Amino acid sequence: MRCSWANRLEVKALNNWPIHSDTVFRSVAFLLALLFSAVILLILGASPIDAFHLILSGAFGSSSKLAYVMTAWIPILLCSAGLLATFAAGLWNIGIEGQVVMGAVFATGLMQFLQDSFPPALLLILAAFAGILGGALWGMFAGGLRLYGNVNEIFGGLGLNFIAGSLTVYLVLGPWKRPGIGSTSGTQPFPPSLWLPAFKGFQVSPIEILSGLIAIVLIALALRETHFGLQLRAIGKNLRAAFLKGIPVERRVLLAFGLCGALAGLSGWVLVVGTSARHNLFPLISSGYGFLGILVVLLANLSALWSLPISFFFAAISMGSLQLALQRQLDSSLGGVIQGMLVLSILIIKGLQSRGLLRPSR
Amino acid sequence: MKVELKDIHKHFGSIRANDGVTLSIESGTLYGLLGENGAGKSTLMKVLSGFLTPDRGEILFDGKPVRFNSPEEAVAMGVGMLHQDPLDFPTLRVIDNFLLGSPGNWLLDRNRRRLIELTIQFDFKLDPNAFVSDLSIGERQQLEITRLLGLGVNVLILDEPTTAISAQQREKLFQALRQLTEQGKTVIFVSHKLEEVKSLCSKVAVLAHGKVTGEVKMPCQTEDLVQMMFGQKITVGKRLAVKFGNSVLELENLTISDWRLEVKGLSLRAREGEVIGLAGLEGSGQHLVMRTCAGLLKPSSGRIRIFDQDMTGRAYRDFIKAGIAYMPAGRLEEGLMAGMTLREHIALVEKNTPFFVEWTIATKEISQRIQEYNIKGKPETPVEELSGGNQQRTLLALLPRNPRLLLMEHPTRGLDMESTEYIWKLLSERAQQGTAILFTSSDLDELLDRSDRMMIFFGGKVRITESHNTNALQLGESIGGKGFE
Repeated sequence: MRCSWANRLEVKALNNWPIHSDTVFRSVAFLLALLFSAVILLILGASPIDAFHLILSGAFGSSSKLAYVMTAWIPILLCSAGLLATFAAGLWNIGIEGQVVMGAVFATGLMQFLQDSFPPALLLILAAFAGILGGALWGMFAGGLRLYGNVNEIFGGLGLNFIAGSLTVYLVLGPWKRPGIGSTSGTQPFPPSLWLPAFKGFQVSPIEILSGLIAIVLIALALRETHFGLQLRAIGKNLRAAFLKGIPVERRVLLAFGLCGALAGLSGWVLVVGTSARHNLFPLISSGYGFLGILVVLLANLSALWSLPISFFFAAISMGSLQLALQRQLDSSLGGVIQGMLVLSILIIKGLQSRGLLRPSR
Repeated sequence: MKVELKDIHKHFGSIRANDGVTLSIESGTLYGLLGENGAGKSTLMKVLSGFLTPDRGEILFDGKPVRFNSPEEAVAMGVGMLHQDPLDFPTLRVIDNFLLGSPGNWLLDRNRRRLIELTIQFDFKLDPNAFVSDLSIGERQQLEITRLLGLGVNVLILDEPTTAISAQQREKLFQALRQLTEQGKTVIFVSHKLEEVKSLCSKVAVLAHGKVTGEVKMPCQTEDLVQMMFGQKITVGKRLAVKFGNSVLELENLTISDWRLEVKGLSLRAREGEVIGLAGLEGSGQHLVMRTCAGLLKPSSGRIRIFDQDMTGRAYRDFIKAGIAYMPAGRLEEGLMAGMTLREHIALVEKNTPFFVEWTIATKEISQRIQEYNIKGKPETPVEELSGGNQQRTLLALLPRNPRLLLMEHPTRGLDMESTEYIWKLLSERAQQGTAILFTSSDLDELLDRSDRMMIFFGGKVRITESHNTNALQLGESIGGKGFE
């Protein structure tokens, strides 16, 4: 095993040029994204430097702010880990948002039903498995639609996202409504005994952090060192050839969807029981973390290692930009604009690069 | 319009599709362009019709040099091409397809007069309001020809127009083409069917390996054309009849079809150790038969047996379990996974541990095969960085060690003489151990030298002959359709 990794590093070192250009093009894209965002801020009449400063201090200004960033980081990281599997197989699991939601729904449901009959610690663990199951089922649903219904997973996933979203609204206003009046602010929050335990003085749960880190390490290992991962990558590179080589393509695709859904479901669980969660089920509980995961994996170019810092960076922007609203009356969605700009500039530069590469061969 | 091509070069990577082609076509001629598949005909015609720009060379119309960068510009200069597969829009109506590409206004002028005039002139029966998806391939061709003529095309190129149409439609097409040349238009008819070209064209050029190997006025001897297409050498099949073992593959009254071709009532018995060559020009039915034997295509009737086991209608994976191995023609399309290394490829096909990949074993295994098959690459080389010949060797190296039935499409395409010899040495060793081999090839010598029997395909019809009493000339003529119609 070590030998093969060493070889891989050697090959990269030999191919000096791509690494070099990769770093250059990432940096250029980053600068481009900053530039675009600055232009938008100027149009809005805000000072870009002030805004960037606010975002940074909003994310890292104090230990409680950093803790907040970390709690946003884990759901994104879990989704990114799952998406590494589907992207490896060449699948666009847009339905990940719905899978997060279904994880949260299953976890909430289980805790509501068994709240009084199990000790809290056991209940939290059971809820995690319920979340995993909910997400996996929803993911395999999208996979099944693709395989047996010939529905492209992008459209199937979008549809399933809407269904999952509507389901939460129905549950929150209907069967699971708070005693008295139901409101879209969510179900009755769970008591603190059903919250994940946090560090003293640093509002982050070690369980959250560990689950995220373990997930991404396991996925990275699975993709690199197992037959399953190798087969997924083969399917992603050339589905037809993979089929002809006798790989059970359908089962693998379904499994990839299930795996991604499971991790998304786990992040749904975190969003219900995590330290800075609202500890209930509410509409839009997925908060776009699944979509952010897609952006992270695209930016990381399907690298598990790169997904770690990039997802952290995205969490920091998301949390930091909340300060824009609090202190400057600017919309906090500017954070989303910066994230989007980043992905767009990377894609633009990649596109220009590939056109530039095509030209000499003509 | 007189068309001249001067020293046209077009390379794709290391492949020289056109290697200095010079042709001169007088206005008002029905000009035939003949050559086997991959000879460079389509490339040359795409250059002439603006789909491709040549690397080097010149195109002259009526003595004046021209240059165009798109089919649109070529059409404006009067050159239009009818492609092998119809490039139309099945969800649109006939009239809308007809108007596509017509220059000018933003608003469509759905005036049918022009379309109807043209269809009457050539006796085509096209309803302007019909949807293209409801038309037959022949009718879609008629529509495309009408459309190009409506755009004022003076030079009409047809790329293998007769592969998918009925005999009746073909007659009508030929009629229309003759009519067009009488009007002074130039028609270039690209085909690999000898008989057709002979009966239709007044002058024929033959392309082979990207070069013009001859130009003759019709009528002429079929023999001359065959020699220009396949080279001068006349060899006789080499393999002597030997005793074969039990029957491995049995095809019984098989009928297979796709949207353009039907192979009807095919029966065959391949025995242990037997090598059967599938001859014929690309798209004559060999691919259908190959894929049916591999379990990738379900026959519409008939039975397939492998070692007395009825496999009809079973899944591809069952065929693999029964002992077949299929090697597709498209190296990077169907055979290899671009972006993955040689080591990753061997780990995919040689799964020797249940869960984790043993990379050290994979490295050892692939290193051994790299040596055995003389692949110029390392275990960590991504397959797309290998040259075509080395990709071919890799495909062979990835085949299972002891299959009962080997199905190979163009096993030695792109390999030099020496490697071809070596690969066949390995293959015949396998045959001696009892593997039955079916392979397709476009190389007549390879077919004659390596096979015990040959299935010769022409337009979906099949004839089975012993290789040792056939010579290259007879084979070439049969491939061109002699004796089939």
